[in-house]
Amino acid sequence: MLFNIEVNNKQIIAKKGETVLECLNRNGLNVPTLCHMNGFSPTGACRICVVEVDGKNNLIPSCSHPVEEWMKIKTHSPRVIKARQQIVELLLSNHPDECLYCERNGNCELQDLAIDLNVREKRFSGKKNMHKKDHASPSILRDPAKCILCGRCVRVCDETVSVSAIDFIRRGNRMVIGTAYNKGLNLSTCVDCGQCIMVCPTGALYEKTHIKKVMDALHQPSLQVNVHFSPSVSVSLAEEFGFRSGKDISGLLIAALRKIGFAKVFETAFAADAAIYETASQLSDSIKSGNKSTMFSSCCPGWIKFAEEFYPDMLAHISTVKSPQQIMGQIIKESYARQQKIHPENLFTVSIMPCTAKKFEAQREEMTLRGITHNDAVLTTRELASLIKLYGIDMQNIEPEQTDAPYNLRSSAARLYAVSGGVAEAVIRTLNFMITGNEMDNLKINELRSSASRREYFIKMGRYQLGFAVVSGLAEARKMINEIRNGRSDLQFIEVMACEGGCIYGGGQPIGLSEKDIKARAKAIYEMDDKETIRVSHKNPGLTELMNKLKKQEVDGSPVMNFRTSYSKRNILL
Amino acid sequence: MDKFSRIFERFLNAGKDALISILQEIQREQGYLTQEAVNEVAVYLQIPTSRIYSIATFYDQFRFSPQGKNHVRVCNGTACHVMGSGKVLSEIVKELKISAGETSRDGSFSLETVQCMGACSLSPVVETGGDYHGNVNPEKMRTIIDQLRNQED
Ligand code: SF4
Ligand code: SF4
Ligand code: FES
Ligand code: FES
Repeated sequence: MLFNIEVNNKQIIAKKGETVLECLNRNGLNVPTLCHMNGFSPTGACRICVVEVDGKNNLIPSCSHPVEEWMKIKTHSPRVIKARQQIVELLLSNHPDECLYCERNGNCELQDLAIDLNVREKRFSGKKNMHKKDHASPSILRDPAKCILCGRCVRVCDETVSVSAIDFIRRGNRMVIGTAYNKGLNLSTCVDCGQCIMVCPTGALYEKTHIKKVMDALHQPSLQVNVHFSPSVSVSLAEEFGFRSGKDISGLLIAALRKIGFAKVFETAFAADAAIYETASQLSDSIKSGNKSTMFSSCCPGWIKFAEEFYPDMLAHISTVKSPQQIMGQIIKESYARQQKIHPENLFTVSIMPCTAKKFEAQREEMTLRGITHNDAVLTTRELASLIKLYGIDMQNIEPEQTDAPYNLRSSAARLYAVSGGVAEAVIRTLNFMITGNEMDNLKINELRSSASRREYFIKMGRYQLGFAVVSGLAEARKMINEIRNGRSDLQFIEVMACEGGCIYGGGQPIGLSEKDIKARAKAIYEMDDKETIRVSHKNPGLTELMNKLKKQEVDGSPVMNFRTSYSKRNILL
Repeated sequence: MDKFSRIFERFLNAGKDALISILQEIQREQGYLTQEAVNEVAVYLQIPTSRIYSIATFYDQFRFSPQGKNHVRVCNGTACHVMGSGKVLSEIVKELKISAGETSRDGSFSLETVQCMGACSLSPVVETGGDYHGNVNPEKMRTIIDQLRNQED
């Protein structure tokens, strides 16, 4: 039902059931918000969104109040502005005055509010927050002193990620955000996904940075520093450097990385082809042996940790193939090293990922071979952007370059890894070839390309009727696992990505994205796939060569790489 | 495990609103909320441990570590607060290096803040092992702590 209300002396159209804020936004009127998040139930905690309504004594929070027919609203009356200013002033009164050194300097909602509300003097000077930083997690750094208690991280972690690693602790002026028993984040249910970072308005949450480590390595003459970047990174960087969002700038990125000083630049996608090939073989072996059981994908470290914490009974169902990051790191440290006759200890491998959990994955003890870690540092897309700026590279004025041999070929299927649904699609293509000996008539699987949190696809391959599912977000994974536990058996492969939408919305991506940006990224990845010539992993010539070499080495008895891993139950407070 | 099922038995088919009562039971039996207990409750009621900890820390009544040999209770009621219990508390925190609700590492002291102890005329009031100390100031507090320390040896 539609009706008119009066806002700032003008009539606007309101819809029954929407909040005042939704109504204002829909009519192009902006009101500041802090604790509010689109798609989440409002809490009304921060009150920065207040507006004045005729006939009401108190200002009302627009984010949680339903719009009503009789309303006459003022969004920027003197009283409203004063109230908002006061809220910001109070937030600033105990906030550390460290903006110049802060991770989020220039990209902070609190700074923006202070600017927009013209807060120019310190009227309240409270005791500054003194909470200690939580350094314990390998991927996420918490700095509760900068926290303004908006609760956005708590809600994302609970409602979207469904692990509830953090919550409000204590009350009143001693209130902080923390884990159960206020332990380090590494001892909580945290799966390192970084989604809390994506919603934090201030510098209270950010990744454990590896920038310094990488720079130190770059400046060490005895080390050859190589880099590989994940498929989603090159479509997620454009906005940062003034290109249209979603534009694939891999050529420029490769050039920039060389200018920074990386010796060899590879795409992780090469290893994604290997991972797809390995996963499809594992699956095909199982199917051909008459096994009807379900196999889960293994590329997402957040999902893996989640299963190790909450669903140890499912670990045996997860493919044991290492993730592309780990396989690529290993290929460089083993195969490339041998080919170049460089001792792996003189190699330093950096991976660039859209993901904070990849930092966790890289330091897992399973991710080493003969004492050599596959990857030495992991940078998020955000850190990559800082690094490019740090080295003063003008992305608008450099010439695109190509990745280095011998890993310069990849299929477009490998790049699909960036999008939720892409892993399943890539695996199905190769699996079909393994089972039937033929390519699929149509490689594009539209059923798996929507943005729904669950997609299912059934297909006959040879004499096998097979089912595939895609699960985006861990809350949906819980539902799926319950179905499997209850005996559902028509699914042979289930792709799980912890972040909704997949790596293109990973927790290491630039902050402040709109849904449009994410859609643009997915579109870019799919368009590439429609256009390219090598569209299936098993046709990547570089891969065939590598796999043949591996087999030969196995026969020779010389050391081989290990693309498989294992998982174990975690004992933590659930 | 068994010790908890005995408690849970009393809350059969209880919903999440039974949380506080269950925690009180556990604290009564074990003296404080052990991590093990909270984890069991979390599984039983299907509430994350972080949420339980969040709710439990909202109230002053719950402890998360065992009481020390000397349990110090500082009144922070209105009268005591006005008369300077804050300074006394800071003195203890400085001297024992623990905050309210905590126990010192060697287990010799634990600290708790409470609301009015009903002895406002003596404010600020501190209680240790059943002894009530009135008109406490930071200096007097240090003496009390020293005495407790000496008793130990
Ligand atoms: S990284 Fe993910 S799981 Fe960990 S606290 Fe943040 S949102 Fe929760
Ligand atoms: S850490 Fe950030 S998102 Fe979480 S409550 Fe604090 S300010 Fe809000
Ligand atoms: S944004 Fe409305 S109360 Fe916080
Ligand atoms: S306020 Fe401390 S005894 Fe009453």
